[in-house]
Amino acid sequence: MSNHEIIERHIISVLVDNEPGVLARVIGLFSGRGYNIESLTVAEVEMMRGVSRISIVTSGTPMVIEQIKAQLARLVPIHSVCDLTEMGVAIERELALVKIINKGDERIEALRIADTFRARTLDSTLDSFVFEITGNSSKVAAFIDLMQSLGDVEIARTGVSAISRGNRIDLAAK
Amino acid sequence: MAQSSSAAAKAGNKAGSASMMAGAEILLKTLEDEGVEVIFGYPGGAVLPIYDALFKNNKIRHILVRHEQAAVHAAEGYARSTGKVGVVLVTSGPGATNAVTGLTDALMDSVPIVCLTGQVPTHLIGNDAFQEADTTGITRACTKHNYLVKEGDALQHVVAEAFHVARSGRPGPVLIDLPKDILMGEFGYNENGVAAAASARYQPQVTPDAAAIRKAVAMMKRAERPVIYGGGGLINSGSEACQLLQQLVDVTGWPTTLTLMGLGALPASDKRFLGMLGMHGTYEANWAMHDCDFMLNIGARFDDRVTGRISGFSPQSLKVHADIDPSSINKNVHVDLPIVGDAGAVLKALLAEMKAQKFTPHATSLDAWWKQIRGWQQKNCLAFDQSGAIIKPQYAIKRLCEMTCDRDVFVTTEVGQHQMWAAQYYDFEKPNRWMTSGGLGTMGYGLPAALGVQVANPDSLVIDISGEASFMMNMQELSTLAQYNLPVKIFITNNEWMGMVRQWQELIHGARYSESYSASLPDFVKLADTFGMTGLVAQSVDQLDGVIEQMLATPGPVIVDVKVAKEENCFPMIPSGAAHNEMLLGPDDQAAKPISEEGMVLV
Repeated sequence: MSNHEIIERHIISVLVDNEPGVLARVIGLFSGRGYNIESLTVAEVEMMRGVSRISIVTSGTPMVIEQIKAQLARLVPIHSVCDLTEMGVAIERELALVKIINKGDERIEALRIADTFRARTLDSTLDSFVFEITGNSSKVAAFIDLMQSLGDVEIARTGVSAISRGNRIDLAAK
Repeated sequence: MAQSSSAAAKAGNKAGSASMMAGAEILLKTLEDEGVEVIFGYPGGAVLPIYDALFKNNKIRHILVRHEQAAVHAAEGYARSTGKVGVVLVTSGPGATNAVTGLTDALMDSVPIVCLTGQVPTHLIGNDAFQEADTTGITRACTKHNYLVKEGDALQHVVAEAFHVARSGRPGPVLIDLPKDILMGEFGYNENGVAAAASARYQPQVTPDAAAIRKAVAMMKRAERPVIYGGGGLINSGSEACQLLQQLVDVTGWPTTLTLMGLGALPASDKRFLGMLGMHGTYEANWAMHDCDFMLNIGARFDDRVTGRISGFSPQSLKVHADIDPSSINKNVHVDLPIVGDAGAVLKALLAEMKAQKFTPHATSLDAWWKQIRGWQQKNCLAFDQSGAIIKPQYAIKRLCEMTCDRDVFVTTEVGQHQMWAAQYYDFEKPNRWMTSGGLGTMGYGLPAALGVQVANPDSLVIDISGEASFMMNMQELSTLAQYNLPVKIFITNNEWMGMVRQWQELIHGARYSESYSASLPDFVKLADTFGMTGLVAQSVDQLDGVIEQMLATPGPVIVDVKVAKEENCFPMIPSGAAHNEMLLGPDDQAAKPISEEGMVLV
């Protein structure tokens, strides 16, 4: 029983018809049934057929995760539901744009840390930088944490985009 | 509509086989292609082009209701008594918002409905135009799927897909929002139909996995204290599924219980039938569920009215759950073996596999199990005391059943005590004869539903077993009954209370009857009279049979006002927060076992 109570983080990848309202259906399903959304990204991936991929990071007990997948799968415009976490190691990446405003030693330290994290500098003024950082969520979070201790910070994050490792391809079935 | 699927549809509808016609004409032609004979609706500005096309159409009959909510319930009654898709037509704005309760009801009870709503012209959408509402936004959560048609060439494809989605897999309501310019403009209609393309992108699993069936039969062979728990999925699957259930019960000899939605799937007279289970189910059904070692669930969804407290639900059993909707499995109750598939297909596969594996029930343990069940049946949990002149509501429904259930009869109900008494005391021998609002619990369902049933079955006896409070929620439909001379019999068990509310206030709120009294009731006989129908009243026990006889002898619609005992409570009862083995049999139990604090917050 205790097994069922463990909260797990899952990345669920969904292929959908890119039609009006489809995102509202997915988000409405999560809010209506009280499921968590940690992040959600969406963009068209098969232009010719009008298919989009939605990557959702969610958390819940194994029973809830199964429910989420079953509930998603029964939406009419959804082609496929893949649990990348269950399928094994998935590659996940997130991009963040971090603007920091500071001066003096803190400015130098910010630039040094950005270099360590392989962040790119996209914009600079005499008292600010905009860094671009890519990585998994924990790396992005660690970078943001450091920046926040070095000045005033503004952040834009994309949320997680993910794909399975190996030679299997998940395309819209129809 | 989908750019992807509508692109294909548009290409098809612009090719050689397409003819050009107004959107409203395409709509009606496609409805005809889908076999639609009746629409329940109410006109308004945005749907005038459809009503104009209907005026010229002689294949589709329109029934004019008096409120859009009733249009959906009528379509539900039509659908559930026939197995066909019910069709609703309402206007934009208030027409659509009034339909929301009906759509939610159909979603909860898996009723196939296609609801056509008018919408302001596409160029006005989003402008807060007169009678504009974000209908697809509002109904997204209360439909199985919905569409806003923005391109007229996709209209035929959308309508065909909507019917396919409504009736396939777990049935449900589908809404199509139709802007007025789409209805009036000229677009392509493919004379060859679009059925194949329209069913392509929604293909739910119907046939069960063979390995799961083998495993299920292997488990069945080991069962010593089995119970079959059937639900509305059997009814939705059709009469063949119900015949297969009968076969399964005959082969196994296993005790069988049905949910509120499943009543009629197995004849009530079958000696293996334990009655309904759940909050107001029978003592024997609930105890059998609690003490069984093997549970075979076919087409039921472990609803909270059925399970009671989950932690105390059937603790010793292995559970097999067959459901056409994978999201119903492992939602409330964790099961040992899930089977995804249509109830009929699952039963067929099970029976074949039982033959292959030479299934025989465990004779000795089954005998002992039945002996235990007979013991529970000895409690006679549905007994009531009809003494004196005041009519007990249970007695009224029992007599109604005894005097009508050998006829070609359909019964609908409203929601509340009378609904539970109808489920307990009216015996259903066949499927599709019992229409009630189970999941949503919609007061005011029964009268419009009966209207729809009567339209579908003009020569049958249709009875709405009602309570005075529920009846008043949609009593404007008396006018519809009168207009079409639909001979529905409205059997009001009148206790002058919102009885179930009163019962709960008595049980858990110290008998403080806050706002649950039905004050200022009309004289129901005079009410009937104003609509040109027959009104009857039964004041005391000696009048009851005569009144029922008179009701049955009257050819047109009848309202029967049965004055029943005012403070009768519905028993047996699993109080909220309790388990199956903690049932209350009657008022004495109620005093001895007060409801827990955890139970009080539940509904």
